[in-house]
Amino acid sequence: MTTRVRTPTVRDGVGVSTSRTDGIPKVDGTYLYSSDLYMDRMLFGATLRCPHPKARITRLDIGPAVAMTGVHAVLVGDDVPGSNAFGLESADQPVLATDLVEYWGQAVALVAADDPETARLAVEAIEIEYEVLEPLTDPEEADRRDSAFHRARCRRGPQDASGAVVVEGYYEVGMQDQAPLGTESGLAIPDGQGGVDLHIATQWTHVDRDQIVAGLGVDEDMVRVHHAGVGGAFGAREDVSLQIHLCLLALYTGRPVKMEYSRAESFVGHVHRHPAQLWMRHEADPDGTLRRIEARIIIDGGAYRSTSDSVVGNAVYHAAGPYRCDSVSVEGVAVRTNNPPCGAMRGFGAVQACFGHEAQMDKLADALGMDRVELRIRNALRRGDRLATSGQVIDTSAPVTEILERLRRMPLPDENSSDDPRLLPGGTGLTTSRPMVKRGVGYAVGLKNLCFSGGFDDYAEARVAITPFGVEVHTAAVEVGQGLGMACAQIARTVLGIEDVVVYYDDTSKIGSAGSTSASRQTQMTGGAVMEAARMARQIALERGGGDELDGEGVWKDGVLVTPMKDLVGRENIDYHTRFHHPQTDAPDRNGQGDIHVDFAFAAHRAVVDVDQELGLFRVVQIDTVQDVGFMINPRSVVGQIEGGTMQGIGLATLEEIVVEDGVIKNPTFTDYLLPTFLDAPPIEIEVIEEPSSFGPFGAKGVGEPPTVSSTAAVVAAIRDATGLELNRTPVRPEHVALGSRQPAVYSDC
Amino acid sequence: MEVVHPADLDEAVGALAAHPQATLLAGGTDLMVEVNFDQIRPETVVALRRLDDIQDVSRHRIGAGVTFRRLESGDHNALAQLARTIGSPQIRAAGTIGGNIGTASPAGDSLPFLAGLDAEIELHSTSGTRRLPWDEFFTGVKRTARRPDELITAAVLPEDLPDFQEFAKIGQRSAMVISIVAACVFRWRDGRTRVALGSVGPTPIRARRAEEMISQEADPGPAALGEFARLVSEEVSPITDHRGTSDYRRHASGVLARRLLERCLSS
Repeated sequence: MTTRVRTPTVRDGVGVSTSRTDGIPKVDGTYLYSSDLYMDRMLFGATLRCPHPKARITRLDIGPAVAMTGVHAVLVGDDVPGSNAFGLESADQPVLATDLVEYWGQAVALVAADDPETARLAVEAIEIEYEVLEPLTDPEEADRRDSAFHRARCRRGPQDASGAVVVEGYYEVGMQDQAPLGTESGLAIPDGQGGVDLHIATQWTHVDRDQIVAGLGVDEDMVRVHHAGVGGAFGAREDVSLQIHLCLLALYTGRPVKMEYSRAESFVGHVHRHPAQLWMRHEADPDGTLRRIEARIIIDGGAYRSTSDSVVGNAVYHAAGPYRCDSVSVEGVAVRTNNPPCGAMRGFGAVQACFGHEAQMDKLADALGMDRVELRIRNALRRGDRLATSGQVIDTSAPVTEILERLRRMPLPDENSSDDPRLLPGGTGLTTSRPMVKRGVGYAVGLKNLCFSGGFDDYAEARVAITPFGVEVHTAAVEVGQGLGMACAQIARTVLGIEDVVVYYDDTSKIGSAGSTSASRQTQMTGGAVMEAARMARQIALERGGGDELDGEGVWKDGVLVTPMKDLVGRENIDYHTRFHHPQTDAPDRNGQGDIHVDFAFAAHRAVVDVDQELGLFRVVQIDTVQDVGFMINPRSVVGQIEGGTMQGIGLATLEEIVVEDGVIKNPTFTDYLLPTFLDAPPIEIEVIEEPSSFGPFGAKGVGEPPTVSSTAAVVAAIRDATGLELNRTPVRPEHVALGSRQPAVYSDC
Repeated sequence: MEVVHPADLDEAVGALAAHPQATLLAGGTDLMVEVNFDQIRPETVVALRRLDDIQDVSRHRIGAGVTFRRLESGDHNALAQLARTIGSPQIRAAGTIGGNIGTASPAGDSLPFLAGLDAEIELHSTSGTRRLPWDEFFTGVKRTARRPDELITAAVLPEDLPDFQEFAKIGQRSAMVISIVAACVFRWRDGRTRVALGSVGPTPIRARRAEEMISQEADPGPAALGEFARLVSEEVSPITDHRGTSDYRRHASGVLARRLLERCLSS
């Protein structure tokens, strides 16, 4: 027997910046991404896509493709054995179009062949003719024609409230792409008994599975979805892309089938961030107190529904920002057009809303002659206040005032940072020298609801096992690069006091759903499930071992090791499986009122931007941020999320837009869909506020989305500050700055 | 697909004579994009990387096989400036000036330099060597006067080189970007000035009226510089596409040319 003073903490538990098991392989190139999957005798799949935004298929002859040597399958819509329809929230999109084609690039037929080149040639050999139809591509026209997926509204308080000072504005947000570096890819392996194992880069294996079995017309247990190495997601992998296609080809041919989209195909192969139009009207007292907020929001859902209903709902709930106001009217619509389908992307409606409400707050401050940050603080939400839109009481940490106070106190960069041309607007193009530059500073603050809500029963399953070889954590949650597995291991270590933890990413047949890796939810949901399971496993261990403490050596009582680990689990593992639910939420009533959201996180950014107004070029010099994070399970990963999220917002402010003309994407390449380079990435100073959340493990909040919500608005505010221009559209383009703002502010009645 | 690896110039033009439809491969930074996008499926490729004959660079002659990496420093300030704006370090290590000339994209970064200096393009074939002035060589968007049996061997620069030269290009991000407008300005101590622009017409454009006007000004003041910018803007013929609008390109052409001239004047 051993007697000792117990060390209170386990190594690499929560609160520590531990390293990730996938970190070094990802850096040295040995990590297996879904695109690296390989199997002997595998075939390669390819997709025939429609070159028109709207058309009717009038002739389809696969004969020439079938006849080619090396071609093993050519499938069309009629070959889909189950339901030829899929969709994340409702199944409205054909797996393969059979009659009407509703957007440019929609999938029509599939090929499996011996090699990618043969597959590509076979796709070209398919004979297809279309009757080209007139596409509907103008969102306002779609709204007028009531071509809508969903209308959402929030109406709260007296509708006749008014303030002495009124500002109105019209704003536009372009279509951003998630642009994950890994394109869609996967490998489907038939099991020889009518079933299939799919290895895929995704965000939610179980909902992929549900849509696959519907398409294949087979029982749930015939399809097992395994999550393969994910090269970034950001919402792009929440919808099905090639999942059903791969399984169809694998079952038809009886051979393993691999597919990997090219970059250009990826741009039509997944949904994008909804472009948005926002009309807003804010009324305030002379002291800045908000009295009335009205907004009308149109988001373009494109040809199929995806998550448009939820995104427009979210845009409506976030339309007032993190501010108190007791008279609100917001109307939102997700229109249906023949533009590329849009769905989930980091920020999910809150990004678009924030771009509008923060421009309005600056306008209002200017109209009042008030400091822009001061106006925000005056109206800032606090714990216990009601969310202006849904009216629910905020019962989580809401340190909006402290965020703004701290952000304001962070040091600004030097006035003349550098004459190095690479650090000036125009960069290596040598367009600009320091005297041509004016500097602007912009602030923005936003909020983001966390997890699934609105009455949805959001849950995550996890299993924790104590074995003679250490602890196993099992989950179906998808690690998309954010460090979820590491966080789960840290939680298990701290709860169990055992350092040796391995996380297993189970396929859909081995454990229930963990929900999607999205909505900033996995740290709280799967992390919460792991914590619950670990607590129960610890409880069982203490009971079985007859003690009051547990660690890697075994069970202790009063400082004495009473049951060593080999005795504790030598004969039988301790194994606890749980399904963790967050507190229930309400579906909204007809005025969008209720306890709709389960939790919120807040963040603010201050951007410093140098502008060469004559040429319309600008460079973000520095961006600083303060974020409400609850508790940092892994500080380095929190910083990583904040830096990455902030950069994605800078991208939307300065560069990133899918240019769509008459339903056709004009820039489906990384040559013309411009992402920020290292030179475009400014220093980011980060402070966090750790006030425990209402239900996350150790008080943690999701941290992935909030940094994307307000950084775009802050950068554009800084460009406005430098130029005095209205700049009501993001991304800001050189011609908007050099030749004046794009759109006059025209307000339509809400 | 057949790939020919000629060891010298004679073998290269011999291969071209034998395969007039052959695709030329130097750095591959343009060609492989077209291959990857399935825009071309070459049957015969003549690979030029082993040709020592086109690798030399001197003050008045730039071998077609010289990479932009090598051009990042050298006798010509503007050439070095433009070389440093091209793609990424990997692209610059592979891409050659001959390839840039042969592709003849309106956004080809070296084209304004060659146009502004009145360079000649040297072409070699089994029937001999000829030189074409740049404005006879570049005939349209990605179209040139090169015959299928000819190989671009060099850009030849005139004896009379300018005293000052400046290049700049506008792209929407700080690096690795295709130009919305590119400009090159050359100035001699006697006042002679040339200005050439890229991405504002099907081929590089010389703003000749602006050149004539400003060449008369020994020490141009703000009014002359403003007039110079205005004339440059008038002389370009840009289009609107997803990278930029015609109005912006026209505006930025003048601004960029004026700024580059100011840099020449203050050198």
